[in-house]
Amino acid sequence: MTRDIICTACPMGCPVTVELGENNAVLSVRGNQCKRGEKYAVAECTNPMRSLTSTVKVKGGVNPLVPVRSAKPVPKHLMLECMKIINAAEVAAPAAIGTVVVENILGTGVDIITTGSCPAKE
Amino acid sequence: MFYDVAVIGAGVVGGLIARELSKFNIKTVLLEKCNDMAMGTTKANSAIVHAGFDSKPGSLKAQLNVKGSEAMESLCAKLAVPYKRTGSFVIAFGEEQLATLEELLERGKANGVKGLEIISRERLRQMEPNISSEALAALWAPTAALVSPYELNIAAVENAVVNGVEFRRNFDVVKIGRAADGAYELAPARGDNVRAKYIINAAGVESDDIAAMLGDTMCGKIIPRKGEYLLCDKNCGTLVSHIIFQCPNEMGKGVLVTPTVHGNLLIGPNAIDIEEKDDISTTMQGIHETLEKGRRSVPAVGTKDVITSFAGIRAHAKCDDFIIRRSEGSANAINVVGIESPGLSAAPAIAELVRSMFEEMAGELKPNPSFNPVRPTPVRFDVLDNEQRRRLIEKDKAYGRIICRCESVTEGEILDAIRAPAGAVDVDGVKRRTRAGMGRCQGGFCGSKVVEILARELGVEIDQITKFGGGSLILSGKSK
Amino acid sequence: MLSYDLVVVGGGPAGMAAALKAKECGVESIVILERAETLGGILQQCIHTGFGLHYFKEELSGPEYAHRFIRLVEENGIDVKTDTMVLGISGDNIVTAVSHDEGITEITAKAIVLAMGCRERPRGALIIAGTRAAGVMTAGTAQKYVNLNGYMPGKKVVILGSGDIGLIMARRMTLEGAQVKMVCELMPYSSGLSRNIVQCLEDFDIPLKLSCTVVKTHGKERLEGVTIAKVDRNRKPIPGTEEFVECDTLLLSVGLIPENELSRAMGIELDSVTGGPVVDESRMTTHTGVFACGNVLHVHDLVDYVTLESQTAGEGAANYILGKRGEPAYAQTKGIDGIRYVVPQRINTHCDRNVKLYFRVGQTYKNAKVYVECNDEVLVSRTRPKLTPGEMEDILLKKEEIGELSAGAELIVRLEVQP
Repeated sequence: MTRDIICTACPMGCPVTVELGENNAVLSVRGNQCKRGEKYAVAECTNPMRSLTSTVKVKGGVNPLVPVRSAKPVPKHLMLECMKIINAAEVAAPAAIGTVVVENILGTGVDIITTGSCPAKE
Repeated sequence: MFYDVAVIGAGVVGGLIARELSKFNIKTVLLEKCNDMAMGTTKANSAIVHAGFDSKPGSLKAQLNVKGSEAMESLCAKLAVPYKRTGSFVIAFGEEQLATLEELLERGKANGVKGLEIISRERLRQMEPNISSEALAALWAPTAALVSPYELNIAAVENAVVNGVEFRRNFDVVKIGRAADGAYELAPARGDNVRAKYIINAAGVESDDIAAMLGDTMCGKIIPRKGEYLLCDKNCGTLVSHIIFQCPNEMGKGVLVTPTVHGNLLIGPNAIDIEEKDDISTTMQGIHETLEKGRRSVPAVGTKDVITSFAGIRAHAKCDDFIIRRSEGSANAINVVGIESPGLSAAPAIAELVRSMFEEMAGELKPNPSFNPVRPTPVRFDVLDNEQRRRLIEKDKAYGRIICRCESVTEGEILDAIRAPAGAVDVDGVKRRTRAGMGRCQGGFCGSKVVEILARELGVEIDQITKFGGGSLILSGKSK
Repeated sequence: MLSYDLVVVGGGPAGMAAALKAKECGVESIVILERAETLGGILQQCIHTGFGLHYFKEELSGPEYAHRFIRLVEENGIDVKTDTMVLGISGDNIVTAVSHDEGITEITAKAIVLAMGCRERPRGALIIAGTRAAGVMTAGTAQKYVNLNGYMPGKKVVILGSGDIGLIMARRMTLEGAQVKMVCELMPYSSGLSRNIVQCLEDFDIPLKLSCTVVKTHGKERLEGVTIAKVDRNRKPIPGTEEFVECDTLLLSVGLIPENELSRAMGIELDSVTGGPVVDESRMTTHTGVFACGNVLHVHDLVDYVTLESQTAGEGAANYILGKRGEPAYAQTKGIDGIRYVVPQRINTHCDRNVKLYFRVGQTYKNAKVYVECNDEVLVSRTRPKLTPGEMEDILLKKEEIGELSAGAELIVRLEVQP
């Protein structure tokens, strides 16, 4: 069987067709315009991954929140579980960009890092 | 609390009555059902001071319109309210409407309106080049003017408060009883009662309900008559320079096209009698009808120029005239009922009439020696020159921070609006006082900043801030 | 009065890239005027990823993308005035600005780059009937509340418009605990990026209702629901298809409008389709010495392209300041047959470099061929497997091809669907 997906590795959004064998084994990938597209298509049919972005509370900062993201994509099905941990997390001001807020979230091996900074309240 | 007078309803009429009473040594409370003044008919109407040729000669509407219109300019000057005399046209589309113009001219003369004349198509087009080529002639009324109704209302209440009137928001009168000493006991839906010796009922579309609580049937029930309006971007505010009416019909003055004192273009209203007194929802049909009718006068108006639509309710009385009478069911009260167009134009005269009626009822009034008729002019950064702006910011840096980009409203002006006597307590209140959020982006950028400033000034969390009081919360709570 | 060679109005991605490029090209005295308290513009609230894939070959969040440029602006010693709003620009390039700390400032400039960005189309422009209850706001306003203030606009959400901000907010609201009931789109296609439809809607099973709109809002104080309806080919609601959807929030993502109040007040000619100034290939407007780039010029789909375009404008401004610009002789560009607009709108025939023509189409096309023609002669043609209104397209014009053009010539960009 084949599966048509839109590649979302980048904003180009190429239409990709993946031919699947038994047990979802990938037989071929067509339509992608780059290597990353192939990788994405395979992952999408076997173990889809997503970048996760949100915010984390800041203690004593000029802003109430600092933006965060997963340093690498996390399994798609874990996104909402990850959110519970992110919502409970808190960083102390000053927070620099790139600070690890949650290490190895849900054992995925992926850290949650800040993508912005927040100075301390004077 | 015990007062001499309770004025029910802080619309433009109630506000001006309260101000009129503040000229005397009377302890007055102004009771408003909503979170702010100007929340009913006053905030959504044509914003026009009518010349006074529409109403039947001899009617209260006719008398008070002409008188109110004459008083409006100096009142607006005292209260620092935008007012601009532009004059108005009533245009005739077909031969048969030429007769209507003649009729209006005669009526106007009988009402004592000055300067009326019927002008030719050529002169009309000269004065108003964007008018429809179908317009055959027009009745020209040079005394008609533009005014900002809610600003007049706000200014009147502010000035009344400065002169000793107490303003109570969210006081929805649900019951009026009499105490043993004969004083009225006014019960709100929530909170403590207020006692007053006299009542003035200026409750707009709900004035019949209040009248009923006083034991008056007056002239039957108020018919809520809805009118829908379209407000267009300032880039078409110069399309016309006068107020343009079409010939009136049995439902009112018809759809008009007019510039506003702030330089936008306003089209409306249509007229539909409705059931619910607080149904200010707009309808797709109404919006299209209004636009279509407006285009008949000024074809250049486009859908894409519309920045917002809104509806207002007019308090129509079956007898088709204002009813301003001493209560029959309850000796110490005055009912002010059925104040629809030209209610705004007539408001200053209504206030004076009510004051004289009150004097008759309560005996001679002692003047308030500290009465100050003048309301300080609010800062309007947008209209200042750079030298004035410089001096202003030197005094207070908050005037150097623009919050609303579209209308160039500064943080200083928003703080003034909140800190003013009877100041703004919600987002719409800030909007009406400062114009923040009234421009082409309709609060897209400044809305959240206004919410933050309100929260800071009122000492609450931002999720407690409302659009217009009650349950109109802007936010539902913290995200985490 | 202050004096700078270059005044950049707006410190978002466009303004920063233009200023940096001008600096690189040898302009020493530059100031960026930014109305917010920090540089970065709207990127600061766009905390999702997807930025920088073309320009940095990395996937960054909005604040990260902004941060890289903010650091460069600092390192290059470019003057920045934040919390500063430009009130007007005179015909002889004197910029009047106001700020909290400095009050009214006047700055003379040799050249000006306009980079004010765009704003969201508000409700009024849509003409949705109904009440004026709280709970209706633009998707961008909601984004600010959620991402910067940490407050939720509501719990049950309908989104009107499937532009990218609307799609992004569908995901953000869901992740933050709200229930997004649906995204309604007036057109038969989404104007958002495909990846956003997949990652923001499909991942969370949020229905996308095409050819559907909100016709009425309900609720007196807070929104209690909306009536949606299907629309016909002319985008008019079809009677009888109305459906009530209970919700407490309606987010609008129904288009962006370049913010050209300053440009308009200066008398700069605007393109009625893009809503932005008419510019040449260096992004100079019809007002000599005044340049425009980024979303104030035309609404872009990706910030990467904003950066590239703004570098072009920065270089153009530098050349103008350094006197490297001769008298121009212009050929005009024009889009027809499905091409809604072309930027730049004119090309200097003395231009000695390749020029990219950016354009957008009015509907979705498959297997289309794009032609650039002059006097019925095809200069360039390119095949495109897919063209969508949501994505900005470009086609390259070689400098030799431009050299052949005569002043006053018309360059037609058109589209043909392949059988």
